[in-house]
This record gives sequence, C-alpha cells and structure tokens, in this order.
Amino acid sequence: MLNISGLSEGIVLDHIEAGKSLDIYYHLGLDKLECQVAIIKNARSSKMGRKDIIKIEGGLDKLDLQILGYIDHNITVNIIQDNKIVEKKTLKLPRKITNVIKCRNPRCITSIEQELPHVFYLADEHSEIYRCIYCEEKYGK
Amino acid sequence: MRHMLNPLDFSVKEIDALLSLASDIEHNPPKYAHVCDGKKLATLFYEPSTRTRLSFESAMLSLGGSVLGFSSADSSSAAKGESVSDTIRAISCYADIAAMRHPKEGSALVASLASSIPVINAGDGGHQHPTQTLTDLMTIRSLTGRLGHMTVGLCGDLKFGRTVHSLINAMVRYPDTRFVLIAPDELRIPSYIREDVLKANHIEFKEVNNLDEAMPDLDILYMTRVQKERFFNEEDYIRLKDCYILDKKKMKLAREDMYVLHPLPRVNEISTEVDSDPRAAYFKQVQYGVYVRMALIMTLLEVEKPC
Repeated sequence: MLNISGLSEGIVLDHIEAGKSLDIYYHLGLDKLECQVAIIKNARSSKMGRKDIIKIEGGLDKLDLQILGYIDHNITVNIIQDNKIVEKKTLKLPRKITNVIKCRNPRCITSIEQELPHVFYLADEHSEIYRCIYCEEKYGK
Repeated sequence: MRHMLNPLDFSVKEIDALLSLASDIEHNPPKYAHVCDGKKLATLFYEPSTRTRLSFESAMLSLGGSVLGFSSADSSSAAKGESVSDTIRAISCYADIAAMRHPKEGSALVASLASSIPVINAGDGGHQHPTQTLTDLMTIRSLTGRLGHMTVGLCGDLKFGRTVHSLINAMVRYPDTRFVLIAPDELRIPSYIREDVLKANHIEFKEVNNLDEAMPDLDILYMTRVQKERFFNEEDYIRLKDCYILDKKKMKLAREDMYVLHPLPRVNEISTEVDSDPRAAYFKQVQYGVYVRMALIMTLLEVEKPC
C-alpha cells in the first residue's frame, strides 16, 4: 500500500481513467505551476477497477474546469479545505470550448489566420461530437 | 443588425417574406429603383466569381445604391497579409453593407464577428452559399408554385458543392421534401449533412450513383459542376469531372413538369442541347438571383418596402 500525505487545502481529481493522469497533468498546465502535485496511478477502485488520482495543493482558480470537462466529464473534482471534502463538483461536457483543440480542416479559415481562437461547440452530446464554429468540421473525442 | 451567413439565419417565415418581396420586385422593378439611394454595397471577393459578384452589383444598382470593392485577393490587402477581421473593420467605414466571398470555410462568420455593417456570405469555400440558396428557393417556388411536397435530385459534386449543402439545409424545413443524392462515392455529401441535417430531421433520402434511374422520380433536378479549385489532386479531378452529363436522352426519362436547375457556371455536366428544353431553368435562375439579392439587401438594411 502506497501512502500519500493528506491535503489540507486543495483539489483532488478522482475517478480519472487509469493511465490518463499524465495527459490531464499537461492539459491542465499543472507542469507550469509551483504548487505540490501528486499523481497516483492505478489506484484500486470499486467502481472502475483501477483509476488515477491527481492531488493539487491550492485553490480552484488554478484549474480550467472547461478543459477538464472536455477531457473527461466523468472525473470528480473534490474541493478540500481543513483536511475535509467541502464540495464535490461533477463535470459536464462544455457547450463551447475555446483553444482546447484545434481545427484540422485545411480549408478552414483558422488554417490561414493564426490569431483566431479555435472555438468548438458541442454538436451531439450523446456521441460527444464537437464541431468547429467556423467550418463545422467534426472533432470526435 | 443582422447578417446572412447561412440559410438557417432566417426562419421559414422570414424566408417566405423575403421571397415575396423578391417576387414583388420582379413584377414592379420601377417601384424599387430608388429605395437604396445613397447606400453603398462593398463586394469583397477574395476568389474569382463573375456571376455572384455582378449579381450583387446589379442588385444594388437596381435599388439606386452604389457599389465598391475588389474582385480578387491579389488586389486587396489580403495580399499584404491583412486578416479578414481587419479588412471588414475598415470596410465598415466605407460601406453600409458587404457581400463577401472567400476560399476558406467560416470566413464570413469571422467577418461578421468584427463587422459593424451587415455581412452577406457570398460563398465561403466549400461551406455555405446562402444567396445561391435563396435564388434556388425563389426559382423553385416561382416555377412550381410551392416549396415542399416534392422530390429534389441533387447531382454531381455533393461533397465540396456548397450550393448543395445550403440548399439541403434550407429545403429540409419544408414539409414532405425528399432527396435523391446522386454522386460518385468520392463526392458523396459530407457526414455532417447526412447525420445532423437529413437523419436528425427524419428526412427521406437516398444516395445513388445512377442518374438515369433517379430521373423519373424527380420534381427538381439540381445539377452541379465538379469544381477543379476544390481538389488538391488534379488526377482525382480529371477522373471525376465528367461523371454525369445531362443530355436530351436523359431528359426523356424525366417528367414533363420537372425543372433542371444549376448554380452555373456549367462546364460539361449539362449538354447545350438541353438549353432549349422548356424544363431547363438555369438561366431563369440567374435573373431570380438578382431579385432575391435585391430583397436581401433591402431586408438587411431595414429599408421600408415602398407603397
């Protein structure tokens, strides 16, 4: 059994699909933060069999939940204060995401105008399909 | 302020009002000859187009307004690397309304987000071409007396053909519209039209390769050109460009009350021998295109209909 010390104030990202924690670490830009971050891989889970967990020291302002919702909306976000979980946030697929993914359509206006934000809207929640707001090209997860 | 980027920007009721205004213009041109006096239309054409640009210019001149603009990217600041957003911000100071054609998909949306004048999408790559759609709707309504309750055949390049995508988007809103999509496998409609437009709206459609077999069922046959400029690979273009050619023999398979439409320019896909057939409506379409653009300019500029 591996023991990771408790978190008095911060965020625990729980129920991450096993093996995905490093992707999330980089997507959230945690590598650029000065705070302590613990990544737990392949933790035992009654629900998932195996799961990853990320513990981040500090406040919610460090996290872009929009990106997290897009990456995996099944992740649970636990807010820790005074060593207790004070809030559990569930994530939803965001209706719109900006500068998280890039349009790959070579005919899209974003292919020649680099300063444009890459904006996608959720076209089909069930299939988790996003489309570029400019050219409507599909971006499947 | 409103823009026209996609046929769906206007409700069915608004489209009906627009087509009725266009029809009134058709029957009473002098009544509208000065409704846009003092107004200016900017035509921003980043890729070549004779017909659409001249149609817009003719429409504005027929309303008493004036026009300015450019007809290729080379003669605009785009050649110096200016963004669409910056161009439209500047043009907003020169004109009251803009019609823009650009080879890249979504360019008209980008322009509309930065613009302080109404923007009309005059074609954004292979994506949308709403004023062609309005032209097509007016042609169909004027010739058949209805929209809906019909089978529409779309033939040729259904993958890159923006007129086709826009027309499908618009026609699915009318009751009992069925589609026969006639294309080689390489040029079938994109999945977002098939899934999000046709299937999502429970529209009856079939995808076939054979034009002859489809002909007897059609109320409207909408032919399209295989567009060289949409291909990255010339070999593919040469292989596919003449896959469907409508001629007198094929027209014999069609009903007497079917009409042939084409957004023009045509290359080989409609033989010139079909031009004299009373069902050939593609040159009438050009005239309807001017009336409908006049109606659209008036609507976006919020010009009162004269008594």
